[in-house]
Amino acid sequence: MKKILILGAGTGGTIMANKLRKALDREEWDITIVDKHKTHYYQPGFLFIPFGIYNKQDVIKPKADFIPAGVNIIYSDIDKIVPENNKVLLEEGRVLNYDFLIVATGTRVDPTETPGLKDELWQKEIFDFYTVEGAVALREFFETWQGGRLVMNIAELPFKCPVAPLEFVFLADEYFTKAGIRDKVDIIYVTPLPGAFTKPKSTKMLGELLNEKNITVIPDFYLESVDNKEKKIKSYDGQEIPFDVLAIVPVNKGDDMIERSGMGDDLNFIPTDKHTLRSEKYENIFVLGDASNIPTSKAGSVVHFAADVLFDNIQCAIKGRELRAKFDGHANCYIETGFGKGSLIDFNYETEPLPGTYPLPGIGPFGLLQNTKMNHYGKVIFRWIYWHILLKGKELPIENEMTMAGKKR
Amino acid sequence: MAQKTVAGVNLEVTDDGYLVDSSQWTEEIAKEIATEENIELNDKHFEVIKFIRKNADSGLTIRKVGKSGIVDIKGFYDLFPGGPLKMSTKIAGIQKPTSCV
Repeated sequence: MKKILILGAGTGGTIMANKLRKALDREEWDITIVDKHKTHYYQPGFLFIPFGIYNKQDVIKPKADFIPAGVNIIYSDIDKIVPENNKVLLEEGRVLNYDFLIVATGTRVDPTETPGLKDELWQKEIFDFYTVEGAVALREFFETWQGGRLVMNIAELPFKCPVAPLEFVFLADEYFTKAGIRDKVDIIYVTPLPGAFTKPKSTKMLGELLNEKNITVIPDFYLESVDNKEKKIKSYDGQEIPFDVLAIVPVNKGDDMIERSGMGDDLNFIPTDKHTLRSEKYENIFVLGDASNIPTSKAGSVVHFAADVLFDNIQCAIKGRELRAKFDGHANCYIETGFGKGSLIDFNYETEPLPGTYPLPGIGPFGLLQNTKMNHYGKVIFRWIYWHILLKGKELPIENEMTMAGKKR
Repeated sequence: MAQKTVAGVNLEVTDDGYLVDSSQWTEEIAKEIATEENIELNDKHFEVIKFIRKNADSGLTIRKVGKSGIVDIKGFYDLFPGGPLKMSTKIAGIQKPTSCV
């Protein structure tokens, strides 16, 4: 019996388990997936928790519900990968061998990387919304807040879901307007990027929207430390920004297990061929999603598109053939902009987000780089799609490769 | 794209002044671009520049330079005030770092 081992039962690992089990002969291939947690989080939903739009219950389901019959699931911490010997060590000395390994252990926030961040104000006046705990704590804070300076800061690049902090400030604008205290709240968006976003066209569109909503942008701010006494964030070049409440995207890192395995870069992301998704170093190891260092967004949509490519390439690899499929870095992100509207961006390694319609050229129904009600509905309905179609590896009526049809330069 | 003569060499540069072909880079070119940015290059600058050229394709970040063993992040800011990564990559003759969206 040959063995495929998947590390991580998040979005990517779960999709792969479903796709591979359907395709591979059960007599021939054993598929095992390992994760330390039993709960699957719908992570795009975390953003809505601080504003009371979703509850904790809306974003959690048991992982086991999404792992198909015929796949072994093991709930355990992973000690390390020993790539030279094709094995993975779990906690308490358990050993798993593999013929092919798929690493899908994701990225996580590490507030301890920034001095003063996880200190006395942590989850009192400083919050992250990339964990369910942080999102819930922030909701409780906002419920009775009287107003002041709300600072949204990104500590380091890359980070998971690059549009999330923008959506956060848009939703905050709506939330405090409806609470009747918007005039008492200053919203300040502090980013290490040179503008609201990275690429010119989307930066312009989003920058204008921020301006319209009276949200201040402070670019080129690279966070050094947080001063809990004076309630300020400080940059390496001496800028200081005071806050009353700080929403932070802490430094993102790959799993510590990657570091223990000696397989990661300085942030524990695994060097990966950006087209084939194979580890640069090991022929029988593939890396899916946020765990890799490929230069595209760390986001569920990317994992979903990349999973199609990886599926093809695993088929090639197990037949000993050259890897045929090439990932183009395709990402597709809904951006909540508040007051029942949303925007949408679609891009890849080569093409920046452009205006147009999606997925049908000229028709839509979604508008690229436009601010529409329909885009917001897309985001709302996506939660259903995620649980019922996407995780199970079923086909969606969109292509994994980005298309120029419907886009305008 | 634009043409520009730097240190006697005719170069193709991007709209914000980054070399299109990194193989055309020389230390002389680096010095001249640095002068335009009001930086006088010393040995420490060149150590950093070499590290940056060597790691051009690996997703450079300020943090990564800070872990290079050559300078810490504060030192990097001291060498290239303002935007150290933007400035140093320009002087090192490699592409402007684009953080992936």
